[in-house]
Amino acid sequence: MYTYTDFDEAFVRERVAQFRGQVERRIDGSLTEDEFKPLRLMNGLYLQLHAYMLRVAVPYGTLNPTQMRKLADIADRWDKGYGHFTTRQNIQYNWPKLQDVPDMLEALADVGMHAIQTSGNTIRNVTADHFAGAAADEIEDPRAIAELLRQWSTDHPEFQFLPRKFKIAVTGAAHDRAVTKAHDIGLRMVRNDAGEAGFEVIVGGGLGRTPMVGKVLRNFLPKADLLPYCEAIVSVYNLLGRRDNKYKARIKITVHENGLEKIQELVEDRFATIRAGFSGHDQDLLAKIEAAFAPPAFVTKSIGGYEATRLANPAFRSWTDTNLAEHKANGYAIVSISIKKHGATPGDATSDQMRVMADLAETYGHGELRISHEQNVILPHVHKSDLAKVYAALRQVDLATANIGLASDIIACPGMDYCALATARSIPIAQEIATRFDELEIEHEIGQLKIKISGCINACGHHHVGHIGILGLDRAGVESYQITLGGDGTETTTIGERAGRGFSADEIVPAIERLVTGYLGLRRDADETFLQAYRRLGKQPFKSILYPAQDKANAA
Amino acid sequence: MSVIVTDTGFAPEDFTCGFVALSDIAANDCDYGIDLASDTAPTALVGLTNAAMIRIDFPSFADGRGFTLAAMLRSAGYKGRLRAKGHVLADQYAMARRSGFDEVEIDGALAARQPAEQWKFRADWQNHNYQARLRG
Ligand code: SF4
Repeated sequence: MYTYTDFDEAFVRERVAQFRGQVERRIDGSLTEDEFKPLRLMNGLYLQLHAYMLRVAVPYGTLNPTQMRKLADIADRWDKGYGHFTTRQNIQYNWPKLQDVPDMLEALADVGMHAIQTSGNTIRNVTADHFAGAAADEIEDPRAIAELLRQWSTDHPEFQFLPRKFKIAVTGAAHDRAVTKAHDIGLRMVRNDAGEAGFEVIVGGGLGRTPMVGKVLRNFLPKADLLPYCEAIVSVYNLLGRRDNKYKARIKITVHENGLEKIQELVEDRFATIRAGFSGHDQDLLAKIEAAFAPPAFVTKSIGGYEATRLANPAFRSWTDTNLAEHKANGYAIVSISIKKHGATPGDATSDQMRVMADLAETYGHGELRISHEQNVILPHVHKSDLAKVYAALRQVDLATANIGLASDIIACPGMDYCALATARSIPIAQEIATRFDELEIEHEIGQLKIKISGCINACGHHHVGHIGILGLDRAGVESYQITLGGDGTETTTIGERAGRGFSADEIVPAIERLVTGYLGLRRDADETFLQAYRRLGKQPFKSILYPAQDKANAA
Repeated sequence: MSVIVTDTGFAPEDFTCGFVALSDIAANDCDYGIDLASDTAPTALVGLTNAAMIRIDFPSFADGRGFTLAAMLRSAGYKGRLRAKGHVLADQYAMARRSGFDEVEIDGALAARQPAEQWKFRADWQNHNYQARLRG
């Protein structure tokens, strides 16, 4: 794993000192609230519904145990003893005080972390496949590239005041777990005919009020050209992106309004100039970063009594069925720890839970943890002989829920409970749905199902790419939940279609139940997932299930 | 009265030829400075390489186009004096210098609210510079 160089360390310390000064200057009036706002945003500090919120970057979702313990300490010392993992692989603290924030940032700097560029109209924290370095289907570990991009985008002088926020995601695997097609720039590692690794560059994807699937800007970009090419894209966007209307300011609209060919032409032209300014030093640094991400020393040993324990303990077996993924090394598994216990707030972890996860990573996981955009925590490298011990320890702190990828593994944005922009609640809806499916005891029978909930049109809960998406709106002061169907956030990215009229807060959970139990009757066999059935049958049968009365009325 | 900010702090205006808009350039005995709006098209930068002074407007601190315009002028080979003018914050001084500006011009009110020390705090803009490090 990459650890901070002296340069990185000096940079974050300096940055904390600057922010400390900015807080003081806000208090003494040198900075107006308007002027302070972008500066605090560049350091991850939002003003929410009830308090400030500090969003801490977990670059490309990777943490070591010491860092995780520090996150727990910060939660205890300056917040209410818990943190919230987000869909962009960050962690948010919901109750910090303004005057404490410089100290919180200093504490983060102690373990090589920061909150830089986790908000504001700048290049945000770069996200990556949460199974990076462990997945069986990977070309290369994308985190080295993500770290290079982090360094390049950090404090980039041209790009701190862009028309709007700018998000980059990277994946090194064929199976896209990083939702690259819903980012301003998505990078998919591919090989060319000569077998060299490079990138397919996707631009202009995004959710929000105008969801768009990203388009391919370049089929193959050699690795060595990555920084100048990204710089060219953002440079073109900085001048061309609209600044007159914040809803039209994202690059997806710039691409849409100007056309992909025009953007391509401008980017290639700018790239030619910018490329000349790079002497190759970035590639030397990249080689060092890649060495830092060398895989841990996997051991070859017997998987012990793993299979026997599975047979003997049905709860453990069920957990291994849902929460493990295939690892590239023999005898190993990727463990997803569900932060989605039925009825709990999706993505919220207490400081005690964080410490247990840190200990497990240290003892059984080669010292690595990941945060997934699905708001779960991953132990990427666990030997199968240790799984029973890991499971037992997780059970102790309520972290052993066997529901990864199932109906209750719901992504939900903070919504009305915290967010100033929300038009409806999302967390309570997620809790009710999860609780209901738990009561019915059918989620294992239902199988793979992604439900995603956003509390407003900004779509932080990625509802457009949920197999079932739920969008909470405000209709004349009353919450109304709109359902979208058939969305998909993988390599076959699809924006879900609206099912029909919205449901009230009381109706939405029964509607979802109807939809899902109805699917059980529609599917060809137990192997056909909700999404596959939807793709085969189209919207109509699902609509009839959702709106039975209306259907009858139409027939009459 | 405008204040000119450089790495050494505040100074009065010392550019005596005055400024004209890009569209008003005419042959003259004085090397006018050229004023560029923040929405200047990149294609309009062609041919400015030999100007003595270029001044780019920042109508608002949130309008970051000037930084990219400056970087483009420099990468096209512009060696003359380059100034950012308008609503630029002390906290943006390092960004301005790194993007290729030599100096910043602010009005008296902003200079009173954000005095010279706040700008000199970022006169160390060459330190801790990731982009310079990556470019080599
Ligand atoms: S989707 Fe809306 S309500 Fe939810 S976190 Fe984003 S802005 Fe807030």
